[in-house]
Amino acid sequence: MKKSLSMLMAGALLVSALAGCGSNNNAASGNTDSADNGNTSATVFKIGGTAPLTGSAAIYGTAVQNGATLAVEEINALGGDIQFEVIFEDDENNTEKAVSAYNALKDEGIQLSLGAVTSKPAEAISPLHEEDHIFALTPSASSPATIEGNDVVFQMCFSDPNQGLASADYIADQQLGTKIGIIYKSDDVYSTGILEQFKAEAEVKGLEIVAEESFMDGMDTDFSVQLNACRDAGADLLFLPIYYTPASLILTQANQMGYAPGFFGVDGMDGVLAVENFDTTLAEGVMLLTPFNADATDEATVNFVTKYEERYGETPNQFAADAYDCIYAYKQALETAGCTPDMSASELCDAMMETFPTITFEGLTGDGAGITWNTDGAVSKSPKGMVIQNGVYVGMD
Amino acid sequence: MQKLKRYAASKAGRDTLISFGIVIAAFIVMQSLLAADAVSSLLESLLVPICAYIIMAVSLNLTVGILGELSLGHAGFMSVGAFSGIVAATCLSDMVAFEPLLLAISIVIGGICAAIAGVIIGVPVLRLKGDYLAIVTLAFGEIIKNIINVLYIGLDSAGLHFSLLEQSFTLAEGGEMVINGPMGVSGVSRISTFTSGFVLVLITLLLILNLINSRAGRAIMSVRDNKIAADSIGISTTRYKLMAFVISAAFAGMAGTLYGLNYTTVTATRFDFNTSILILVFVVLGGLGNIWGSIIAATLLTVLPEILREVGDFRMLIYAILLIVMMLFNNSSLKRRILEKRGMRQMEKAERSGKEGA
Amino acid sequence: MSFLSHLINGVSLGSIYAIIALGYTMVYGIAKMLNFAHGDVIMVGGYMSFCATVYLGWPPLAGVALAVIVCTALGIVIERLAYKPLRMAPSLAVLITAIGVSYFLQNAALLIWGSSPKSFTSVVGGSPIALFGGQLTISPVTIVTVVTCVIIMVALTLFTSKSKAGTAMRAVSEDKGAAQLMGINVNTTISLTFAIGSGLAAIAGVLLCSAYPTLMPTTGAMPGIKAFTAAVFGGIGSIPGAFVGGVLLGVIEIFAGAYISTQLSNAIVFAVLIVVLLVKPDGLLGKRVSEKV
Repeated sequence: MKKSLSMLMAGALLVSALAGCGSNNNAASGNTDSADNGNTSATVFKIGGTAPLTGSAAIYGTAVQNGATLAVEEINALGGDIQFEVIFEDDENNTEKAVSAYNALKDEGIQLSLGAVTSKPAEAISPLHEEDHIFALTPSASSPATIEGNDVVFQMCFSDPNQGLASADYIADQQLGTKIGIIYKSDDVYSTGILEQFKAEAEVKGLEIVAEESFMDGMDTDFSVQLNACRDAGADLLFLPIYYTPASLILTQANQMGYAPGFFGVDGMDGVLAVENFDTTLAEGVMLLTPFNADATDEATVNFVTKYEERYGETPNQFAADAYDCIYAYKQALETAGCTPDMSASELCDAMMETFPTITFEGLTGDGAGITWNTDGAVSKSPKGMVIQNGVYVGMD
Repeated sequence: MQKLKRYAASKAGRDTLISFGIVIAAFIVMQSLLAADAVSSLLESLLVPICAYIIMAVSLNLTVGILGELSLGHAGFMSVGAFSGIVAATCLSDMVAFEPLLLAISIVIGGICAAIAGVIIGVPVLRLKGDYLAIVTLAFGEIIKNIINVLYIGLDSAGLHFSLLEQSFTLAEGGEMVINGPMGVSGVSRISTFTSGFVLVLITLLLILNLINSRAGRAIMSVRDNKIAADSIGISTTRYKLMAFVISAAFAGMAGTLYGLNYTTVTATRFDFNTSILILVFVVLGGLGNIWGSIIAATLLTVLPEILREVGDFRMLIYAILLIVMMLFNNSSLKRRILEKRGMRQMEKAERSGKEGA
Repeated sequence: MSFLSHLINGVSLGSIYAIIALGYTMVYGIAKMLNFAHGDVIMVGGYMSFCATVYLGWPPLAGVALAVIVCTALGIVIERLAYKPLRMAPSLAVLITAIGVSYFLQNAALLIWGSSPKSFTSVVGGSPIALFGGQLTISPVTIVTVVTCVIIMVALTLFTSKSKAGTAMRAVSEDKGAAQLMGINVNTTISLTFAIGSGLAAIAGVLLCSAYPTLMPTTGAMPGIKAFTAAVFGGIGSIPGAFVGGVLLGVIEIFAGAYISTQLSNAIVFAVLIVVLLVKPDGLLGKRVSEKV
C-alpha cells in the first residue's frame, strides 16, 4: 500500500516538478533574453535586491522594499533619462535562500544590486557579487564583513564599529551616565559588532561598564533576568545596541519592574515609536543615535514620510529611508558617470566603483552634511543624537 | 545477465536500480545542460544543497523509515558535521592544496564527528520510545545548536584554541577565528561542487541500500516491526538500533560538511528545529522506508519554493497549502478509489509489497 | 531578594507555558497527535484580542472573549479539514499535516497583519505592586496569569473526571473503538477536545502578549515548542503533569539564565528534560503504559 502510494505521489510530483523546472528555466532564460534584447533598446536600469519578506525578519525586508519602490516610482514619474525597475527576492534572512535569491535576480538580468538587507545573507552573497562583477549598494547590511574582501559592495548604512565608537564618544562627552549596563543580542552580527567597538572606546573614555547581558533568537521575550542583573549591578544607563522590537519589550518590562535607568539606543532603535499601539510614554527620555528622523521638518523628509504613510499606512523607519536613499544615490552616480541602461552589469560595475568614492550625496539619512564613500565601500555620514520627548524625537545637541 | 535480471525482479533490487537510475540520469542530464549553459543561475546554485538534502533525507529515512523511530533533531548532526568539517578544511587548507581531496578529508572528518555525537546521543535516547524519543531528539538538536552558538575556535601558528561562552584566548599574529561563537563561521572557501555532491550521494546510496538489504538491515527492520519478537529470537535490539542511528548521524554529518563548505558563511541557527522538520517532511512525503522516494521528495521540495518565487508574497502560504493537500491526498479515499480503478490485482500487489517495505 | 524576584518571574513565565501545555496535552491525550499548529493558534488569539481592543475599541474582556470564540472555531475547523481525514493514517502523516497548518497560519497572519510587530496593551491594568521598599515588584499580569492557570488546571481536572463529556473524553483516549461501541460519539468528542484546547490557546495568547507585549506572526512558535516540551516533561496526556511541567520549565529557564548563562538557558532546559525522561521515561506524572505483545 505504502509503496503504491508513494509511487503515485512521486509520479505526480515528478511531472509537476519537471513542468515547474521547465517553466522556471524558460521564465529565467526568457527574462535574460528580454534583458539582452532590452540592452540594445533599454530605457530602464534593472536593480535587484534580496530581502527577508517572510519570516521573523520580514519587517526589515518589507521596509526596504517599500522605501526602494517609492523612490523608483518617484524617479520614473519625473520621466528623466534615468528610469529604474526594482525587483526584490525573498531570502527569509537565511544564507542558503539568499544565495538562491541572488541567483534568481541574476536570472532576471539585474544590472545593479541592492545586496541583502540583513548582514548574514549579505556576507553570503558579497563574494558572489565580486565573482559576477555586479555592483551592490546595500541599504542596511552593516557588518564589516559585508564589504571586506571585495571591491564591488558598498554600504549606505553606518558600519557597526562606527556606531559603537560614536555611541561611546557621545555618552562620555555628554556625561549621560556613569555606570553602564549593556543588553545585546549575541547571535546578531549587528549587535556584537557595535558592542565590541563600544567596549573598546568606553575603556579609552573611562566609562565604567557594570553589566553585560545578552539574549538570542528564540529567547527574546523575557528580559527579566537581564534587567535584574543590570539593576543589581547599579547601572544608571542602559546601552541597547539592538533592534527596536526587543527594545520595546525591554522598555515595557523595565517599567513593570519599576526600574528606570536612562536608555541609549543605536539606529536599530529607530522605529520604536512607530510600533503599532506602543505606549510611547515608556520610551520617554530614550536617547538614540540615528541617521534618520521621521519627524524632521526638512522638505525631503516630510515628502518621503507623507508619501510612505499614504502608500503603506505606517511610519517609515531607517531601513526604508536607507533604501530610498540607495535608489537616489544610484541615480546621482549613474548621472555623474553618464551611464546608459544599455550597458552591461559588468560595465556598470566598473563605472560605479569609480564614481561612488567621488560623489557627495545629499539624502534623507545624511544630516545635511552629505554622504560620501571611500574606495572600500564604507560610508561616511554623521549620526544624529536624538532624545524622545512627548512621543517625538528632539535633537540632543 | 541472468543474475542481473533476477536481481531486478526482486523488490530490493528494483528499488536499488531505480534509486541509482534516478540519480545517475539526473546527474547526466544536469551536466549536459550545464555544459550547454542552459541552466538558470538559480537552479545551478541549488544543485549542491539538493545533494546535501538528498543525503539528509536518505539518512533520516534509515532512522525513521527503516528503524521506525521518529527523530526531530537530525539537523543537529548536520550542524556537527558542517562545523567540524569547516574546522578541518580550514586547518588542512595549507597542507592539502588539491581541493577535491581537501573536501573528501573534511567530509570524512565531519562524518566521524557526527557519528561520535550520534553515539553520545543514541546511547541514552534509544532507551526511550515513541513520542518521548522524538522529543528527546528535538532537545538534543536544540542543545547542539545552543552549544555551537557559544563555541569559539581560533587557529594560529600554535594550533587550535577552544573556548566556551566567551573568547578566552588571544590569537598570535596571523591567526584567525574559525568559529566565532554566535557569529558562526565566515569567509569559508567554497570548495563543494556539484560533482562532489553527486559522488557523495552515490556513496550514500550504495552504503545505505546495501545495509538495508543485508542481514543487519533485516535485523533493524525486525526491531521496527516487532521489538519483542526480535528480542525473543536473539536479535540484540539495542545494538541494531544504535547501529542504524549512528550510521544515520554519520551521513547527516557528511551532508553537513558538503552543505557548509558550499557557503561563505554558516551559523548554528541555520540548523534549527525547522531544518529537522524540513528533512522529516522529505522522508514522510517520499514514503517511509522508500529511498528513491526520499530522493525525489528532497529534490522537489527544495526546488518548489524557488519555483513559487513568481507568486511573491503568497509563496510560503501556497507551499503550506500544497503540503497539507499532498498529505491529505496521500491518505484519502479518493486516492484509494483511483487505485481500485487500476484493478484489484495491482491493489493486492501494492498491498503485499507495502507490507514488505513498510 | 533577587532570588525571589527570579522565582516570581519563573513562575509567571511557567504559568503561561502551563496553559499552552494543558491544551497540548488534552489534544495529545485524545487524538494521540503532536499538534504543532497549537503555538500558532496562540498567535491568532493574540491578534484577535489586539484587533478587538485597538481597532474596534472593545473593552479588554470582550477582546478576550472574541479571541476565545475565534480560536475555538479555528480549532474545530482545523480538526475537521486537516486532521479528521487522517484519523486512520500513520501518526507521522498527521504530524506533517500539523506542521503544514502551522506554516499556513503563520504566513496567513503575515499577509493579513503584516510583518511589523504590534504592541499589545495588557488586558490587566494597574501598576506593579512594590514590596520591600521597591526591591521586589510584582506586576498585576503575573498574578492574573498564575491565578488563571491554577483555575484552568482545576477546572479541567474536574471536567474530565466528573462531567459526562469529560468521561467520554477519557474513554475515547483509552480506546476509540470500545468508546464507540459504548455509544460515545467519537468525532464530537474529538472536536470538543480541539475546541477546548484552542480556547485555552486563546487565553494563553492574551496572557503571553500581556506579559511580553510584542505581537508578530512568529510570536507563538517558540512558546509552542517550549510548552510541548513542558507537556512531555510532566508526562504527556496528564493534566496535572502539564501544569507541573510548565511551571517547572519556566522556573528552570529563568534560574538557568540568571545563575549560569542566558546564552545556555535553552540548552539547560532541554538537558533537564532529557535527564528527567531518562529517569522517568513517561514524564514526571505520566502513566506507565505497558507494552502489548
